[in-house]
Amino acid sequence: MLEKALIGSKKYWTWVFILGAMSLMGFYYYLQQFSYGLGITGLSRDVSWGLYIGQFTFLVGVAASAVMLVIPYYLHDYKKFSKIVILGEFLAISAVTMCILFIMADMGQPMRALNIMLHPTPNSIMFWDFIVLAGYLTLNLLIGWVTLGSDRKGVAPPKWIKPFIYLSIPWAISIHTVTAFLYAGLPGRHFWLSAIMAARFLASAFAGGPALLVILALLVRKLTKFDPGKEPIQTLGNIVTYAMFANVFFLGLEFFTAFYSNIPGHMESFRYLYVGLEGHQELVPLMWTSSVFAAVSLIMLLIPSARKNEGTLALACILLFISLWIDKGFGLIIGGFVPNMLNEVRPYWPTWPESLITVGVWSIGFLILTLLYKVAISVREETAGVEIEH
Amino acid sequence: MSMDRREFLKIAGISSILGLGASIASATDPIWQRSLTPPQVGPNKEALTAQHWAMVIDMSMFKTEEDFQKTISACHTIHNVPDFKNPDGSVDIKDQIKWIWKETYEHSFPDQENPYMEERLKEMPFLVLCNHCERPACVRVCPTKATFKRPDGIVMMDMHRCIGCRFCMAACPYGARSFNWRDPRPFIKDENKEYPTRTKGVVEKCTFCTERLAVGKIPACVEAAPKGGMFFGDLSDKNSEVRKLVETRYTIRRKSELGTGPSVYYLIGGNDHA
Repeated sequence: MLEKALIGSKKYWTWVFILGAMSLMGFYYYLQQFSYGLGITGLSRDVSWGLYIGQFTFLVGVAASAVMLVIPYYLHDYKKFSKIVILGEFLAISAVTMCILFIMADMGQPMRALNIMLHPTPNSIMFWDFIVLAGYLTLNLLIGWVTLGSDRKGVAPPKWIKPFIYLSIPWAISIHTVTAFLYAGLPGRHFWLSAIMAARFLASAFAGGPALLVILALLVRKLTKFDPGKEPIQTLGNIVTYAMFANVFFLGLEFFTAFYSNIPGHMESFRYLYVGLEGHQELVPLMWTSSVFAAVSLIMLLIPSARKNEGTLALACILLFISLWIDKGFGLIIGGFVPNMLNEVRPYWPTWPESLITVGVWSIGFLILTLLYKVAISVREETAGVEIEH
Repeated sequence: MSMDRREFLKIAGISSILGLGASIASATDPIWQRSLTPPQVGPNKEALTAQHWAMVIDMSMFKTEEDFQKTISACHTIHNVPDFKNPDGSVDIKDQIKWIWKETYEHSFPDQENPYMEERLKEMPFLVLCNHCERPACVRVCPTKATFKRPDGIVMMDMHRCIGCRFCMAACPYGARSFNWRDPRPFIKDENKEYPTRTKGVVEKCTFCTERLAVGKIPACVEAAPKGGMFFGDLSDKNSEVRKLVETRYTIRRKSELGTGPSVYYLIGGNDHA
C-alpha cells in the first residue's frame, strides 16, 4: 500500500518537500547539539527538563487519544466512525514516533539508549514508559495496516486482529497513565505530586487529540476527494467538549487543593506560572493565553449552534489545541522545576537551536502523518461508496 | 598449477581452521587449563568499611569563608569537578556542576522558615551535598541502574552506564545532582590523573569518596574541614562517633519529612545549648 504515498499531486509533493526540508534543518541543529551537548538548550541544573520533555508528554496524549475513536467504533458499534478510525490510528503512529524522537533528543548519551533494555529496571517508571510506548506503536502499526489492507481489498478484516484492537484500548490508557506516573511519584516536586495527575493527563489528551482530529478531518475533506462525513466530525466535537470540561474541572481541583490548604510548596509553582514569583514572570503571559483560549474554546463548544457550525467548531478546536499545548507541552514541565529544590527561582527559556530541533521533530511527525494519511485516503478514494462490515 | 573453484574453497576453509587453531595454541596456557573467571583482585585490607556510612556536620565550626572554600575545593579538586565561569568571572549557574557547596539556611531547609527569624540565621551558611539517602528517590527512578545503592549505604553513580535522561535530577529533593551540559574537560583547572574525568551528557554527584574509602582514607571534605566540623562514620555501629553524636545531640536533616532518610545530619546549636 505504501506505493500510494508515491503518487500525488504537485501540491502534495510541495508539502512533502517543505516538511522534509524542515526535518533536515532540525536534524542539522540536532547534530550541533550532538557535538556540543545539551548545553545548547536553555536547560540548566535547576530546570533539567524543558521543551523536549514537554512535547513528549503532550504527544503521548495525542497518541492515546486514538482510543476515543476505537472505543465508540469497536465497543459501541458506532458505524459512523468506520471511515475515520484509521485517521486516529495513523495519528497515533505519528505521535508515538515524535515521542520517541523527543526522548532521543533529550538524552545526554543517546548512543547508550539501549541500556534501558540491556539493564531492565522495573522499579523505574521510565522503563515501563518505554515498554508501553513501544507496544502502542506496534499495536497501531499492526491494526492500522491490517484493517486498511482489508478495506482496500473490499473484505472484512481478519478475525485475529480483533483481540489486538481490544488490547489497544487499555494500552492507550496505560501510555498516558504511565507518563503521568513519571511526574506524579517524585518526592519534593509538589506541583507534580498529585493523585489526579494521570486523570488530568487523560482528560487533556482526550480533548486535545480529538480536537486535532477534527481539524485534520476538515482539512482532509477540503484537500482530497475523501469526505470523513459530517456526523463523525460532530461526534468528535462532542467528545472534545466532554473531555475539555473534565480537564478544566481537574485543573480547578488542583487549584483548590493548593490554595485552600495554603501550603507554600503547593502554591508556589502555580504562583510562578500564573502571577509570577520573586519578580520572575516569564511564563505568565503564556499561561494566561492558555487559560483564555481554554475558556473561550469551552464556551464555543458548549453553545450548540457554535459547535454544530463546522467553521466555529474548527476555530474552537484550534484554540483548544493551542491552550493544551501551552499547558501541558510547556507550563506543566517548567512549573514542576520552579522554584527549584532549594526554593530558588531559576527561570528557563528554550534557545533557538532547541526550538528548531523541536520544529524539526514536529516536521518529521507531520511528514509521517502526511504519508500515512495519503495511503489511507487513496484507499478511501478507491473504495468510495463501498460499505464494509468490520 | 590449475585449481578449480571447489578445490580452492576447500583449501581455504581448511587453512582458516588451522589458522584459528594456531592462534589458540600460541596463547601461554593450553585451553583446558585456563579458568573462565577473570583474574580477581581482593579488597584492600586497609579499606574502610561500614554498614551505613553517614556524616554529621557541625556548622558552628565553620567560621570563616576560608573554612568553607577549603572544604569545597578539597572535594572539587580531587574529583575533577569543572569550574564554569561567566565572562565576568561569576559562576555560570546554567552549566554549573557541584558536589558540595555552600547554601543559606533558608535554602537548605526551605520548610523551616518563619517570618521573625533572625536575618543572621536565615542567611547562615550550610554545607550541602548528596544525602546518600536510605531510600533514595534517584535510585528508584533510574531506568538503567546507573545510580544505585551500595550495601554500605552509599548512593553511587556509574558514569559509563548513565544515558543522561536526568530522571534522577527531577527526583532528587535536594538538588544534589549535576548534569554535564557540555564537555567538562576544558574547564578542569588542574586535572587529578588519579580520578576519572567525565564526558558530556552524564549526571554526577558526591560519592562519599568511595575511591578514598577503598584505600583507607576518610572523605576529602571531612579531612579538609575545620577541626570538629565534619564527622564521618558507620551509623549502624553503636560505638561510632557519628552514632554517638546523633544519639546525644540535637541534629536536623534536610527534608526528612519526605521519607528519603538522609544520611547527612546537621548540628546547628553549637556545643553548649544543643
